[in-house]
Amino acid sequence: MSAICERTDVLVIGTGFGGAIPAYNLAAGGAKVIMLERGPELGAADFTQSLEIGGYTRIVDLIQGNGIQVVAGNCVGGSSVVYFAASLRAPSFVFERRGSAGRRLWPSGLTRSALDPWYDRVEATIPVAQQSWDDVPYAGGVWAAACANAGHTCNPVPLAVDLEHCTNCNWMLNGCRFDAKRSMLLNYLPAARAHGAQVRPLHEVQSIAKSLTPGYRYRVDYTVVDASDYRIPAGAGSIEAKVVIVAAGTMGTPVILKRSGLGLGSVPSAVGKYFSPNGDRVSMAVLDEGAVGNVLGLERAPGTAYEAFPIGKPIGSMSYDYLDPARPEFERFGLQQIYFPAITNLLPEDGTPAAPDWYGVDKKLLSQRWRSWLTLLAMTEDDNEGQWGVLPPTGNFLRVASSAVVSSLTYQPNANTRRGFAASDAALRSIIEKDGIGKHLDWVGGQPVLSAHPLASCRLGDDPATSALGPDHQLRGHAGLFVTDGSAVPTSLTVNPSLTIAALAERASPGIARFARSLGLDVAASVPPPGG
Amino acid sequence: MIPTLSRRRLLQTAAAAVAVLPLVTPDSAYAGTSIQRDTLEAFADTVVPGAKRFAGDRIVAGATAGPGAVDAGAWLLYNDPDVGLAVAIPGLVAAINAEAAAYALTHRTLLDVRVPPFVALDFDARTAVVGQLLRGSGVVQLLWYAVAAMAMLAFHTAGHLDTAAAVRAGHPGLAWLGFPLPDPDGIWRFPDFSYRQELAALHPLTTNTGNPA
Repeated sequence: MSAICERTDVLVIGTGFGGAIPAYNLAAGGAKVIMLERGPELGAADFTQSLEIGGYTRIVDLIQGNGIQVVAGNCVGGSSVVYFAASLRAPSFVFERRGSAGRRLWPSGLTRSALDPWYDRVEATIPVAQQSWDDVPYAGGVWAAACANAGHTCNPVPLAVDLEHCTNCNWMLNGCRFDAKRSMLLNYLPAARAHGAQVRPLHEVQSIAKSLTPGYRYRVDYTVVDASDYRIPAGAGSIEAKVVIVAAGTMGTPVILKRSGLGLGSVPSAVGKYFSPNGDRVSMAVLDEGAVGNVLGLERAPGTAYEAFPIGKPIGSMSYDYLDPARPEFERFGLQQIYFPAITNLLPEDGTPAAPDWYGVDKKLLSQRWRSWLTLLAMTEDDNEGQWGVLPPTGNFLRVASSAVVSSLTYQPNANTRRGFAASDAALRSIIEKDGIGKHLDWVGGQPVLSAHPLASCRLGDDPATSALGPDHQLRGHAGLFVTDGSAVPTSLTVNPSLTIAALAERASPGIARFARSLGLDVAASVPPPGG
Repeated sequence: MIPTLSRRRLLQTAAAAVAVLPLVTPDSAYAGTSIQRDTLEAFADTVVPGAKRFAGDRIVAGATAGPGAVDAGAWLLYNDPDVGLAVAIPGLVAAINAEAAAYALTHRTLLDVRVPPFVALDFDARTAVVGQLLRGSGVVQLLWYAVAAMAMLAFHTAGHLDTAAAVRAGHPGLAWLGFPLPDPDGIWRFPDFSYRQELAALHPLTTNTGNPA
């Protein structure tokens, strides 16, 4: 690295879906690409099957905001390394959402059918597998059977998983030690590296400023963080680039951009506003094993109906019944079976009316039935109510311990969002409690909202007042500065967002390449997909 | 509910009382292991209660049968360098005992001064004190949630131990949950994982890629 300032054609901040995909496309097109990642680089041999603190906490951040807690990845590959691999296209009605703004929130022309070719490309590249019923684990099976018992349909969920090699071990949060989960580590990132892209882990970007060097538009300042304690700086540097792609994740991108206001002159006022937790609403059921056997007719072993909560892939099945465009906005939601590891066992209520709600004797008794638990995720239509407050002095948040971080994000669901929560709660309860299959329980032991799907903190749109990005993912007023991660997604999606984030990043890539060409760089605007 | 001002005064009084506790109960007279450990273990026992470990156990209240957070290793997790709470333990313990002393004052409860005020309370009173601490707001509330969470994590995840080693050694919390054993090589795999039958009709508008329309 130059002692003064390193230079590159394209600098990408972040290595998750939003970073790896444009990095591949631009590197394959001929650009010199450097990627900066604030987390460490780990691979299958490093991923543990353990809940020991100091292991998974190296690559997962639990972010505490005001009224919300968010789970996000912190490693090369970003959240694709720690996510649960559900790979779903957003329903058509999502792209027509208006929210309380009363007008279409997605850019004109950006519809499901317009995005379908990009979904196709991502699905083929990752690749995404369709589960058959033989692939759906017990928990997904019992959820499907409960849906059918209540008169609902239920589908196996498409997954970014090599189903042949998956051992159904249920340790996806820790990263997949079998390389069966098809994270960015197995497709876009190696393909980008094969075309010369450099990946630099433990590089935490602090800010972006205008460059004074002719031909280079931006200077990105970073801190190198200590591999064993991310709170300790181990160096610093700057890189000048002709094009910058910010993909530090929904929780990181707005902080970097807001901190860059001085160096860039200004940033759009919509940066760090209109955050969406994807309408995530987590709850659970504790099942009556007798009813699962007698009513649903399930038996996984002689005399055992279920007792299989920790077995399998985390996400098995989902009901699309409430993804009905005829239903009113805020009352459409996906209902998904999902396994949450025991690190979240603090959160469920104990199921009794007496205080305390989530700890004490009754909670311990509930946990004795842990193998009969079934955790459930409703993905609803929220109203983009979140926004950031005061910036941390460095980085994306205030890091208290290895994975414990505090953000100034505030999220207070309004009446519209709460209406969706209530409707999804009622739907789940009606399915779970029909014929005494189980008891539906809320998650009350933490902040009011828990999201693994943060979105929309720097979103696309046509209205400059409410969207920091234009329809081409370019930060308004800053040519050559693009945002391609979850923060660009305008609204909640009612499904897991990774495939949509990836498809949008694919869709954005040719435009970024064309911009690079306008600067005189010899970059192909269209390249075949990795391996294609 | 007592007025805020008098409550603050009570807490100040209680904090002062707690501060002099080591003076009136010199090491030779102290009935427990240490004020810090006993207080935090009693807190953990309030979050995940267990049976008394021996006759006369003052730390574990014995509110229910079976193991609790103390048996599960909560004290080790509070001091785990990767958790990062150790530096805050003296302050946390002082605050817990100040809250406990204030509770005792407002409920006309006589405390046994040979143990920290929180340890001297019965289980229901401890539960009320923990609830009061958790009712705060902002970063302070997050800190108390972290203290409660460590008790949960000790019991539900053996967060201070490698999970395979812990479950094989019969860690009391993991055993209580019925956490499955790994294969002999210490790795979890579940070859039997599915009912392998169609259990619901697919949504009629499902696309050929398995997605909602």
